Amino acid sequence: MMWWRKFEERLFYVLMIFSTASLVILLLVILLSIFLKGVPYLSWEMVSQTPKGGYYFGREGGILNAIVGSLYLSAGAVFLALVFSLPLALAMNIHMRTYKRTLHVIRFVLDLLWGIPSIVYGAFGFTLMIYLGIKASLLAGIITVAIFILPIMVRAMDEVMKNVPVTLLESAFSLGSTRTEVAFKVMLRQTLPGIITAVLLAFGRGIGDVASVLFTTGYTDNIPTSLFQQTATLPLAVFFQLGSPIPEVQNRAYAAAVILTLIILIISIATRLLGRGYNKTRIN
Amino acid sequence: MATTITYYKLRKIKDRIVSGWVKTMVGLVLLLPVVIAISLLSKSWLILGHSGLSELLFSSVWRPLAGEFGFWPFIISSVWVTFLGLIFTAPICLLSAIYLTQYGSKRLLGMMQPVIDILAGIPSVIYGVWGILLIVPAVGSFLAPLLGIETSGFSILAGGFVLAVMLIPFILNILIEIFRTVPRDLFEASLSLGASKWHTIKHVLLGKTFPGIISAFGLGLSRAFGETIAVLMVVGNVVAIPKTIFDPGYPLPALIANNYGEMLSIPMFDSALMFAALLLMAIVILFNIFSRWAIIHFEKKQ
Repeated sequence: MMWWRKFEERLFYVLMIFSTASLVILLLVILLSIFLKGVPYLSWEMVSQTPKGGYYFGREGGILNAIVGSLYLSAGAVFLALVFSLPLALAMNIHMRTYKRTLHVIRFVLDLLWGIPSIVYGAFGFTLMIYLGIKASLLAGIITVAIFILPIMVRAMDEVMKNVPVTLLESAFSLGSTRTEVAFKVMLRQTLPGIITAVLLAFGRGIGDVASVLFTTGYTDNIPTSLFQQTATLPLAVFFQLGSPIPEVQNRAYAAAVILTLIILIISIATRLLGRGYNKTRIN
Repeated sequence: MATTITYYKLRKIKDRIVSGWVKTMVGLVLLLPVVIAISLLSKSWLILGHSGLSELLFSSVWRPLAGEFGFWPFIISSVWVTFLGLIFTAPICLLSAIYLTQYGSKRLLGMMQPVIDILAGIPSVIYGVWGILLIVPAVGSFLAPLLGIETSGFSILAGGFVLAVMLIPFILNILIEIFRTVPRDLFEASLSLGASKWHTIKHVLLGKTFPGIISAFGLGLSRAFGETIAVLMVVGNVVAIPKTIFDPGYPLPALIANNYGEMLSIPMFDSALMFAALLLMAIVILFNIFSRWAIIHFEKKQ
């Protein structure tokens, strides 16, 4: 049976290398197929103009409305979520640092919230919209996306803040600082790059999600000028145009997919660079 | 002296206000899942009163205009797609996680991390576009003819495949975390008794982390169940109980997403879709709780 064991060992070794390599191959295949299909249809017109008359029959125009709409939506949602998540993360790591059991419960709830699919948030946002009496609009979308990215943001910040040495906080306390001062002058300053990373992560999630905004933002060819107007978003632009029977419109969907992928790649690289800087300046 | 006292008071007041703000946020977030569940439940009350829970879940007649709402075809489609996704993704995740933590160097893991992160960051609509470009034709005009089956390619199989790729970064990250926690000396004890490296991995590593592995796939499952747009784009969206994996399906999230436009005009339809969302949330939360419980249990044992 010795030969079998040797064979098994070799076999699994090869399989392991194969599957690890397949991760890289998969990523390359996905990016390549998106770029090869979409880049030929990419033009300056695409990113600099809103849809003109007859755009959805293949005439001229671009998807500037969706690009700007997506940026507005994600930026607004990130800002709103930050107002809630930053104090929460600070509370968990300063005010409640010693309440282990409560912390367990909070982290558990946050993880549960993270696990809820975005389409459920979309449905919830929709009911919320009706209760509040607002129509499908940029504001409704911002609220929905903010709720959806909130747990992601808090958990990402929490992970960074958890690692700040207790001694650092305690020495600040022993010098007579209040909890607020420790939170904002010590904790926040120590973990700023980590917080920015969390924000970028949430921004990327927010800009790429369709299911949560499907019900709540509507869709329009104009760039929104107020919070109460409908707005187009980039992923929805990809989705809608791909469903069109006209080839020119479909091709624009592929081009829009390239733009969305590029935005996500830029965010990803920025996050990575920040993370590196953070590791260099950290005290512990 | 007076200024120091007022300054001190000011700091105190500031601290009170900020602490209050901070604690309110904690309360709000703890209430959030309850609020979501209650609002969806109140919306689906209408349909629950109209046709009872068991009929909703197990009837396979879906005629919204006639007031008949059976979710069975959608539930079955969801289960099929999720199941296929997990089957495809499991070996790749396990093998790469073992390789990256046990065989590969630290540098390799460092180099692979961005790859995993980017895979995790790609929006689901992009996965959907990729599925339409590559997977659907591959299933429709390559795999199916090979087996002598007629299909458009938009099928449960395509949905499962796209889902599998989307699940890789999610499950792989958890597995890597779990495999890292296994103490080194356990490994060395096994190796010093003459067991080969693979033998040790098979019995010590996988045996020791078994609950963790199960819960990683449980979390993956709950993520897969709620995935909407990417699956919707490649799965075909036909209301029928799929017989083979080459048939089109219609998972629950796709049902909600596709019918948004029409639902507003018919209250009962609106209520049915909210019930679908509630159902989705209930299933996902159940799997989540189970998996997290398993992980906590596993950490305690370590």
